[in-house]
Amino acid sequence: MIMKKKFSLRKAPFILMTGFTVLILVGIALGEPSRVLELAKAICLSCIGIG
Amino acid sequence: METARKLIQTVWFFLVNGFWGFPLTKNIYQGPLKVVCSPGLNCYSCPAATTYCPLGSLQQLLLGIRFSLETGSVYIGTYVVGTMGLLGAICGRFICGWACPFGLFQELLHKIPSVKLPFPRPLTWLKYGFLVLFVVLFPLLLVDEFGLGAPWFCKYVCPAGTLEAGIPMLLLQPELKTTIGWLYWNKIAILILFVLWSIATSRPFCRSTCPLGAFYALFNKHRLIKLKFIAENCTQCGACHHVCPMGINFNETPDSGECISCLKCMTQACKFDAISLEMAGYSFARDIVPQKKKTV
Repeated sequence: MIMKKKFSLRKAPFILMTGFTVLILVGIALGEPSRVLELAKAICLSCIGIG
Repeated sequence: METARKLIQTVWFFLVNGFWGFPLTKNIYQGPLKVVCSPGLNCYSCPAATTYCPLGSLQQLLLGIRFSLETGSVYIGTYVVGTMGLLGAICGRFICGWACPFGLFQELLHKIPSVKLPFPRPLTWLKYGFLVLFVVLFPLLLVDEFGLGAPWFCKYVCPAGTLEAGIPMLLLQPELKTTIGWLYWNKIAILILFVLWSIATSRPFCRSTCPLGAFYALFNKHRLIKLKFIAENCTQCGACHHVCPMGINFNETPDSGECISCLKCMTQACKFDAISLEMAGYSFARDIVPQKKKTV
């Protein structure tokens, strides 16, 4: 017997994606990406066990 | 499928480690791509790294939170957590199975012929402790006289940082050798532990210690793309148990936070279409055939 696939949309992933996209936008509005870039450009010696 | 996965893991490795001019510059990549998040664990102090590590960045923002607030900047990690969360909500631990360079490293080590040991299951909870304590609370709360914390996970634990950044930086800048001390040897010991453990046990760092895996695991049940268990087709043969690199009994815990969605259970084990890919509720399985088949 072959049954047709049932499709019921899961809403949770979309709620989560929207929530985290809002967080990203808040971060961008606060200028956080430039700080992240600044940190990522520098070598953190103590972070890698040196110094 | 396994060959395709290895290929995609390799492509991701080179995407997040795409700067091969470091032997000439003797320094890390410092271009604008470093504002992009590496989905998997990849140290941004690695000379070849082209993206930022979400765990490293989050710790750096949290440890300096007092200083940034005092200077009028609100760098509290919303951009980094938002990016990690968006990746988690879409893929969950698919990232661990398909896009993590340190996961690939462990898988390659596990191919070395040796006695293979099972993973002690209670240790799976340890990584949540590392996430909460070493990535969030300790950097945020344990501060020095200047109000600055430390990146506890990177500094005291992360073997990916030692492998990808600590050792290469010492080779690139030999003058740094004068500054190494117990911290460096402690991290080398942790790296050796995980290298040896990975030869004997499948992905021990991912299962016991990785805070990024712990974070993505929180989304495994509600992520956009996930594996679906079709109970009507399952014969309880247990074939999916034997191929899982994370030791999951998929037919018993299909939404397990440990599942890295490597698809071995779907493509190499289950012959009854009881496991399929699903996106937001839409199953990519063939039409369901509900009659029970013979158990193998």
